[in-house]
Amino acid sequence: MKGNSENDLNRRRFLSAGIRGAGGAWVSLHWPAIMAAAQHAAHMREAVPPAKLEVLTAEQAAEIEAAACRIIPTDDTPGARDAGVIYFIDRALATFAQESRADYEKGLLVLQARTREMFPGTQKFSQATPEQQDAVLKALEGQPIFELILTQTVMGFLADPARGGNRGEVAWKLTGFDDSPAFAPPFGYYDRDYPGWKPPEEK
Amino acid sequence: MNPQITYKPSEEVDFVIVGSGAAGGVLAKELSTAGFKVVVLEQGRWIDPSDFSHDEITITNEFQLTNNPRQQPQAFRRTPQDKAQKQFAVIYGRLVGGGSVHFTGNFWRFHEIDFVERSRRGTIAGTGFADWPLTYADLEPYYTKVEWEIGISGLAGASPFDPPRSKPYPLPPMPVKSSGVLFERAAWKLGLHPFPAPLAILSQPYRGRAGCIHCGRCEAFGCEVGAKTSSLASVIPVAQQTGRCEIRTESYVHRVEINQQGRATGVAYFDAHRQPQFQKARAVIVSANGAETARLMLLSRSPSFPQGLANSSGMVGKHLMINGYTEVFATFDEPLNEFKSVTDTRVLHDFYEMDPKLGFYGGGGIDARFGYPPIGFALGALPPDAPRWGKAYKNWLASYSRTMLLASHATSLPLETNSISLDPELKDAWGLPAMCVTYKDHPDDLNTVRYLRDRSIEILQAAKAPKVWAAPVQEQSIAVHLLGTCRMGNDPKTSVINSDHRAHDVPNLFLCDGSSFVTSGRGQPTMTIQALAFRAADRIAAAARRGEV
Ligand SMILES: Cc1cc2nc3c(=O)[nH]c(=O)nc-3n(C[C@H](O)[C@H](O)[C@H](O)COP(=O)(O)OP(=O)(O)OC[C@H]3O[C@@H](n4cnc5c(N)ncnc54)[C@H](O)[C@@H]3O)c2cc1C
Repeated sequence: MKGNSENDLNRRRFLSAGIRGAGGAWVSLHWPAIMAAAQHAAHMREAVPPAKLEVLTAEQAAEIEAAACRIIPTDDTPGARDAGVIYFIDRALATFAQESRADYEKGLLVLQARTREMFPGTQKFSQATPEQQDAVLKALEGQPIFELILTQTVMGFLADPARGGNRGEVAWKLTGFDDSPAFAPPFGYYDRDYPGWKPPEEK
Repeated sequence: MNPQITYKPSEEVDFVIVGSGAAGGVLAKELSTAGFKVVVLEQGRWIDPSDFSHDEITITNEFQLTNNPRQQPQAFRRTPQDKAQKQFAVIYGRLVGGGSVHFTGNFWRFHEIDFVERSRRGTIAGTGFADWPLTYADLEPYYTKVEWEIGISGLAGASPFDPPRSKPYPLPPMPVKSSGVLFERAAWKLGLHPFPAPLAILSQPYRGRAGCIHCGRCEAFGCEVGAKTSSLASVIPVAQQTGRCEIRTESYVHRVEINQQGRATGVAYFDAHRQPQFQKARAVIVSANGAETARLMLLSRSPSFPQGLANSSGMVGKHLMINGYTEVFATFDEPLNEFKSVTDTRVLHDFYEMDPKLGFYGGGGIDARFGYPPIGFALGALPPDAPRWGKAYKNWLASYSRTMLLASHATSLPLETNSISLDPELKDAWGLPAMCVTYKDHPDDLNTVRYLRDRSIEILQAAKAPKVWAAPVQEQSIAVHLLGTCRMGNDPKTSVINSDHRAHDVPNLFLCDGSSFVTSGRGQPTMTIQALAFRAADRIAAAARRGEV
């Protein structure tokens, strides 16, 4: 159950961001739908799950996270680690992607074997330097373990934060995506000064 | 679920309708308001619009709204000579409202040519090209009826290629998006005729339903405010209010039963607990879509119909058409924010009928959109030369809000070898034979799509996009438009149903949905599916009143 104050908060957040710039007439025409959508958004907004592992061992998580951080590195903007991608992956393995568990079991052994082969003395992928890690990943491109980590890292980075990743909506900020439940025109830069539909001959 | 009447399966109702989608919903509303007792059996659940999710993973990985290949697997092969492999090939809405719930809402009438292509163009060797047994003029009143009954937004007269219409749209077009403005200006420069997209989305409140508030979740998502004119939002509530129509959910029909006289007596189905049930009815209507209707006919084979029910012609399952499709992308310098509002706001039909001198047959429409939610974009819509990971990949992700595409939808020629059949080995979770999809685009279909791709590139270049890239044109292996597998016609030897949707072989069996199509149109079939359903309901109700059902 969600408290009223949280609902109100969501509603305010939504009204300020979603329909910024909407005219009064537009807002009053659509007011019932806007309120319904605000309630819907509040009802859908699940609590962000806690940052803890349920399926992966700490060692598996460290290996996967190290790879995820090379796939979407942190630079002047947040990357996979900041987004909590590993918690998304762990939760995916407990829910919609249970069949990937076995693929990680097998695949992480491949990742470590390739690391040792390329950089003798380094036992684990997560212990290699970033440059070495990039070399190992490059060598594994196209292999099931690389493709699995790539796919689930990208998903975890960009998914709804309720799925455990994309913490603080860092990826949505990077992409410019906004999940507000209502918008009003203009929507983008190029439709700002649109004069209304008129075929050329009438111009 | 709305309040509604319930019938016992043992009670013989006037009509049992299999499927509650685009066509089934319309038939349920029309027949129940005409005074008939109706049971609709829908394999999917009733999902309350307040439970529609905006989360991409719920839609694409958890199949909230669509058929789940884990429960109902499919097999695919390119040609009848190949051995089919287990593969997800057909996507459709599997809930009350069917595909009308998650569809994008592009809502084009067919043009006059679509019904008479065969006589205008002549035969095309190796294809089952044929005229429809009805014309645009026959269907026009029903197109208008669809627009006013369920609420369509658009601008009459805006496209010089539009067929004649008896009434304007009931609602004005949706506000233009940045993709629409860029597309429109560039297309005009090239002498083309873009126009405001006709959409099955309410631009203003209509008949007690809310207008669109531009959340941006049309394509593949459900509309929680009811602005998208799905059967769930528009016609099904009306059917339930008659007190004569029951929508029975989680009811998976696997057989239409026939008696000694060759008449349908009702349908066998599995209920929510997978228990076998039988619903009796005076007449059976199947609106399970262009894949499942054909499969159900094949599953219903019997000693009197050894090739499948209503299949003396051998045409059940044949001539599957899925429409050609291609995308050309562009990034611009400033944000377009295509993730807001309806998917597309401008379309052009200049290439609806292509010049025969091009040397191939086809036609299509182009619209401006983006349509990819963030994960779909990041995993599937970057240029082929973009890096797949690392810092440079991350830079690409930042172009999301500046990206758009031109989508082309096009003709598919009807080929007997493209089909829905029963897989000899694969079974679904109920133990029923899975569907096997056989599909190979005709060379003309690929040429048509290539032509539209090249025009799209020209338009985006005229829009001065800093970067333009095109997806490769290749043979398709996933279908969302499911057309033609129980085609209508006057000749029982070459078609499955007549123009009233009555099966040639079974007097009280009607098939009405995408399977009824003779040719594919240019790629937005649902308007025509619903116009056919309104017309079929009129014809079926009149026949029933005359005692001819
Ligand atoms: C992502 C996407 C976008 C689309 N966008 C557009 C668009 O913009 N414009 C357009 O025109 N079209 C679009 N379509 C296609 C559109 O969804 C279909 O054309 C339309 O829904 C087909 O209508 P129908 O009545 O033939 O079948 P459906 O709407 O598929 O309805 C069939 C119903 O029957 C049920 N059913 C099937 N088998 C059984 C059984 N054995 N027992 C009980 N119930 C059964 C199904 O669960 C379903 O609810 C889109 C499709 C997809 C997937």
